Amino acid sequence: MAERPVKIIGIVCNWCSYAGADTAGVGRYKQPPNVRLVRVPCTGRIDPLFALKAFEKGADGVLISGCHPGDCHYSEGNYYARRKFELAERMIHHLGIPKERFRWTWVSASEGQRWQQVVTEFVAAVEKLGPREGRAL
Amino acid sequence: MRIGVFVCHCGTNIAGTVDVAAVAERALTLKDVVHADHPMYSCSEPGQASIQAAIKEKKLDRVVVAACSPHMHEVTFRRCVEGAGLNPYLFEMANIREHCSWIHDDKQAATEKAWEIIRMAVAKVRQLEPLYSHEVEINKDVLVIGGGVAGIQAALDLADAGLKVTIVEKETTIGGVMAKLDKTFPTIDCSACILTPRMVDCAQHENIELMTYCEVEKVSGYVGNFTVDIRKKAAMVDWDKCIGCEICVQKCPAKAPDKFNVGLEPTKAIYIPFPQAVPKRAAIQVDYCRWFQQGKCRVCERVCPAGAVDYEQKDQIIQKRFGAIVVATGLEVFPWEQYYHEYGSGKIKDVISGLQYERMLNASGPYGGHVHRPSNGEEPKTVVFVQCVGSRDESVGRPYCSSVCCMYTAKQALLTKDHCGMDTEVYVFYIDIRATGKGYEEFIKRVQTEFGVKYVRGRVSKLYEENGKVIVRGIDTLLGEQVEIAADLVVLASGIMAAEGAKELAQKLNISYDEFGFLKEGHPKLRPVDTNTAGVFLAGACQAPKDIPATVAQASAAASKVVGLLAKDKLKTSPMIAVVDQKNCVSCWKCIEVCPFSAPEKQEVRPGEFKSHVIETVCQGCGVCVATCPVNCISLKGFTTDAILDQIEEALLV
Repeated sequence: MAERPVKIIGIVCNWCSYAGADTAGVGRYKQPPNVRLVRVPCTGRIDPLFALKAFEKGADGVLISGCHPGDCHYSEGNYYARRKFELAERMIHHLGIPKERFRWTWVSASEGQRWQQVVTEFVAAVEKLGPREGRAL
Repeated sequence: MRIGVFVCHCGTNIAGTVDVAAVAERALTLKDVVHADHPMYSCSEPGQASIQAAIKEKKLDRVVVAACSPHMHEVTFRRCVEGAGLNPYLFEMANIREHCSWIHDDKQAATEKAWEIIRMAVAKVRQLEPLYSHEVEINKDVLVIGGGVAGIQAALDLADAGLKVTIVEKETTIGGVMAKLDKTFPTIDCSACILTPRMVDCAQHENIELMTYCEVEKVSGYVGNFTVDIRKKAAMVDWDKCIGCEICVQKCPAKAPDKFNVGLEPTKAIYIPFPQAVPKRAAIQVDYCRWFQQGKCRVCERVCPAGAVDYEQKDQIIQKRFGAIVVATGLEVFPWEQYYHEYGSGKIKDVISGLQYERMLNASGPYGGHVHRPSNGEEPKTVVFVQCVGSRDESVGRPYCSSVCCMYTAKQALLTKDHCGMDTEVYVFYIDIRATGKGYEEFIKRVQTEFGVKYVRGRVSKLYEENGKVIVRGIDTLLGEQVEIAADLVVLASGIMAAEGAKELAQKLNISYDEFGFLKEGHPKLRPVDTNTAGVFLAGACQAPKDIPATVAQASAAASKVVGLLAKDKLKTSPMIAVVDQKNCVSCWKCIEVCPFSAPEKQEVRPGEFKSHVIETVCQGCGVCVATCPVNCISLKGFTTDAILDQIEEALLV
């Protein structure tokens, strides 16, 4: 039996990366269908526990994306986010989940092609590791 | 709970890749979903009517529309459900177009993904609660950033509508790039004759305040209530005293680069950019001033009849409040010298840019409108124009079309014949001729036939000097031949870039920009002058390269959007904001530390006992405080933790 497709939770800010994913759609930049997006107003809204929750519930990867540094719609939400994600990355690794399964990055509203690239590369990276076995952390 | 799910066909945009009927039917199996349908176009009148009918007939208390991006139609559908008596915030959009049907080809995978996206939206909509907007008072003053033709037009329209306008311009005079132009295409109208009266109108209008030689330093607040710090740069001249007589400029012994004349000839360290400057006031470029550099001179101070020179002047920060902002920062010319080494990197004297040629043609330019070769001052007999220098050229990182060069080159070719005589040989090297405006194609034809300008289709590979001439080596792709022309003067149609500092300004305003620094509109078709930050609008070439008619049209459009916004006395704020559960608040004040808007405050709940409280009208709903609160006592309406976790959980259900 073939392996099940990997499933990735993406948490994206409304102003940059969600809109960047829209731009990718409008431009018909094709992507693998493994990512499910949750829209939040700002990456600053993201509690790193959201990522842990996703892994706990069986996600094979978690992708977080927001506005480039300096471009936050709310001025500085992404700076707070960045500090949290840097720690979260280490924590997730510490819990036994390879850090390659957790990625955070920046994609602006005009970067449709970059969104395609980020999704394609991350899906490929997670596929390389394969689906996670079991559902618990 | 009674949820209705509507899965839009969007013609074939969604239905071409997603089996919408099957997904809609499956939705009926979800808990609380009592109605599901698949309208052809949900956003159309019949589509919205069917949603409203279902809300009433099936007594729906939550609605999910699976269609395009919420950035496209969330507002439309919120209004739609509100029209049927539902609170507009009991609605959720599932984006199965931009995030699904448009990016996948495999129908089965796309259908499965759409199904999961809809399940996530249903999971979220279950968690939603009715929300109610607040109203805030608005400030009706408007800030226009940039005093070129876009800013001038927007300011005059706004001022005529009775609003108080402040124009902030970084140079000492308004006028922008248009003030540098000699003539305008396709009418060969005199640029200054059209523009300078408008500049004077701005100066004289009772509702307009000109703040030239100023820059926006800091922006805070939000639509209806922006607070802006404006840096008034030290001109070293007291403008209340300066009468613009130019005696200081005449007597100043120090030369300095002339930005206005694009470096054709130097100006003085104390300068007034051009005779029709508004306001006509002098300023000192301290980097070139002998007093500032060498500590002696003070000639300008001695000769000034008004006693206006003030070497001790310092930058000032002036704080002002506005309800709306129009950004009209305009353009800059591509610095071809840094990129086109095959064209001599700016070292060949007789190779100049289109804007320099414009100053050469202009009667108030450094040569009084006499066209001559910079190398020897003689009138050229052969002039070659090269198009697409810094446009449509990926090798210099400029893949876009600058949109005006075809036309301004044709105009300059015509003016060359006019200034130097019809026997002057004029060539234009081009890739394509883009003449899409009103009367533009006819103009090109006239330049080619009536004025005999020779158009050569092909790129120029090299420019070099030989025997006092500039050899233009290129290819004529229509003949399939190499061509070589010995020119006296070569004019490069240098392309358009976003103005220097546009990106930094965008960051201050929290608006988006693209990879080239052009500012991003709300939607390319439907909100072309809005930005994604409410209350901030765009006009002119700051958004994309465009010509004067398009710039003026966009400026008037931006002004009318501002008038529409400020016609109300109060603004409804988004109710999707943070709220504190004061019972659990431990008064650590971390929320106050992180909030970019100072929305949380210490509220005295009992004498001597303070808890955090978020001021509704100040909160912008980013949620940073929510993710920061160590005891989870702040929640973000519309984006509650439960709503987010339920979506994640739903997406991962096997």
